[in-house]
Amino acid sequence: MASYNQLDVVGQNKARQRRLSILAEIGCILLFILFMLPFFIVLMNSARTNAEIINSAVGMPTNWGNFVDNVVAVWNNPTFNFLKALKDSVIITVLSLAIISICSAMTAWVLVRNKTKWSAFLFLMFVAAMVIPFQVVMFPLITWFKTLGDFLHLPLLRSHGGLVFAYLGFGESMTIFIFHGFVKSIPLEIEEAADIDGCSRAGTFFRIVLPLLQPVFVTVLVLNGLWIWNDYLLPLLLLGSNGEVRTIPLAVQGFIGSFVKQWNLIMVSTLLAMLPIIILYIFAQKYIVQGMVEGAVK
Amino acid sequence: MEKQSFFSGRRERKITEFLFLVPTVVAFIMVIIIPFIIGIYYSFTDWDGVNAAKNVVGLVNYKTIFTEPAFLHAFLVTLEFTVLNVIAVNVVAFLMALLVTSQVKGRNLYRAGFFVPNLIGGIVLGSIWQFIFASILPAVGKSLGIAGLSASLITNAKTVVGAMVTVNTWQYAGYIMMIYVASIQGISQQVMEAASVDGATYWVRVRKILIPLMANAFTISLFLTLTNSFKMYDVNLALTNGGPVAMFMKTPVQASELLALNIYNTAFKYSKMAQGQAKAVIFFIVLVVVSLIQVSVNKSKEVEM
Repeated sequence: MASYNQLDVVGQNKARQRRLSILAEIGCILLFILFMLPFFIVLMNSARTNAEIINSAVGMPTNWGNFVDNVVAVWNNPTFNFLKALKDSVIITVLSLAIISICSAMTAWVLVRNKTKWSAFLFLMFVAAMVIPFQVVMFPLITWFKTLGDFLHLPLLRSHGGLVFAYLGFGESMTIFIFHGFVKSIPLEIEEAADIDGCSRAGTFFRIVLPLLQPVFVTVLVLNGLWIWNDYLLPLLLLGSNGEVRTIPLAVQGFIGSFVKQWNLIMVSTLLAMLPIIILYIFAQKYIVQGMVEGAVK
Repeated sequence: MEKQSFFSGRRERKITEFLFLVPTVVAFIMVIIIPFIIGIYYSFTDWDGVNAAKNVVGLVNYKTIFTEPAFLHAFLVTLEFTVLNVIAVNVVAFLMALLVTSQVKGRNLYRAGFFVPNLIGGIVLGSIWQFIFASILPAVGKSLGIAGLSASLITNAKTVVGAMVTVNTWQYAGYIMMIYVASIQGISQQVMEAASVDGATYWVRVRKILIPLMANAFTISLFLTLTNSFKMYDVNLALTNGGPVAMFMKTPVQASELLALNIYNTAFKYSKMAQGQAKAVIFFIVLVVVSLIQVSVNKSKEVEM
């Protein structure tokens, strides 16, 4: 009897499971459409004329030739200057990432291997600083960078260099924290062996330790990379909204401000702005997701 | 000979280690510490951000901002937005995580797709959603005869916070979903299967096994969404820029102006640099309290385990 009952339960469960999996299937498709809809809207309205959009916001493109016209118009627009913005964004992101990663790894390694009161204090400072929101330092940062730049005769404002330096300051705390946790797990014996073999301290770091840190680099590069690439406020404050150097978010915001609701051109500008990161995502999806998740869990 | 090289080795080691600390420590002092101290100082002055005149006025700014309707309103709206957003993002993310860890066909495509909005900056997606709310939805509402949609949801003070929550959930849920997915995948399938054989229905298994085992992921996601909602700026700027106008304490205020935007506008739009800085200090204190709670929650968890 009991076994019959059990079979019954299993049978019921099977039927229920089938129903659930159909529901899951439908839920996924609906959600996917909902999530992709904004991108679809961007694409469709990039290929319409402004008159068409004003006439009816919901509609399909009548002539895909308009898409080419709109892209050409936005591409050649001197306010937007997409190619220049792309170049500035790439320079700033790549330089910042390289400097933040290497410098933070060096610091984390010294702080782990040097067990003194000073290194404990420094580490505590870096960790504590992670709580400081950008808003509390952003106003003084501008006046201070101006004073410091005048004093050093270095252009800290409206330059790539000043912004990269600021990104080092804002990004290093979390990056040191992440590296710190990982360096602790590297056995000291490996470094001692290199030491005995006559490797210099710097050599030990660059030849032995740095290659071992490779898996953490994914996390650090993805977390900092997405933040810096999409950041708006820090570039706005340090570069200005109409300076010589402009990142993509600044260019998009400037372009939208200068065009009074020409939605087709605005949609093209957002399309161009999204394209680089989406292309990168197609090729490095696994690493990007892994980096973001591990960054959150740490 | 041997001894000498040992000593020079130690000195080399010290110099290298010192040099390794220099870049980060210099940047830390120049970018964080000094501006932070100057910032605290500004909050006790009457500086407008434009003129050179700066007098120390003590706690006047702090007293002013706590009686200023715009700031109090921004504070309350930020709390409202944060609470709604934390719930919306985490509920949607959890449901999506359940969906994409089931045996659904094409689950990898769904995972990848749900994550995409998270790659795009707030300025860009705020602009896209402004178009959707200002043009697309009203057009849809009119053609379908839905009264609630016929007017823009972001120019209505009653619906604007909901609109921001929608956009932020769309942007952020895919990321939080990935954290939940990682957590679910860490749970042994055998436990779930054993419960299934014992006759536990799917929802019972989710409630009694999955959710308790995911406690850690919930805490992480909760604090992540909490701080991110509280600090929200880009989407706020690009989607609504604070508008529309609403009445609060018998004064017109910006209905959707969150704290970060209010701080920025106080300093630059209304040229009250010192007041903006005082608001930023309050902002900082709130975030310190949140972090302390987070640390103590994590500590108490460690004890349990």
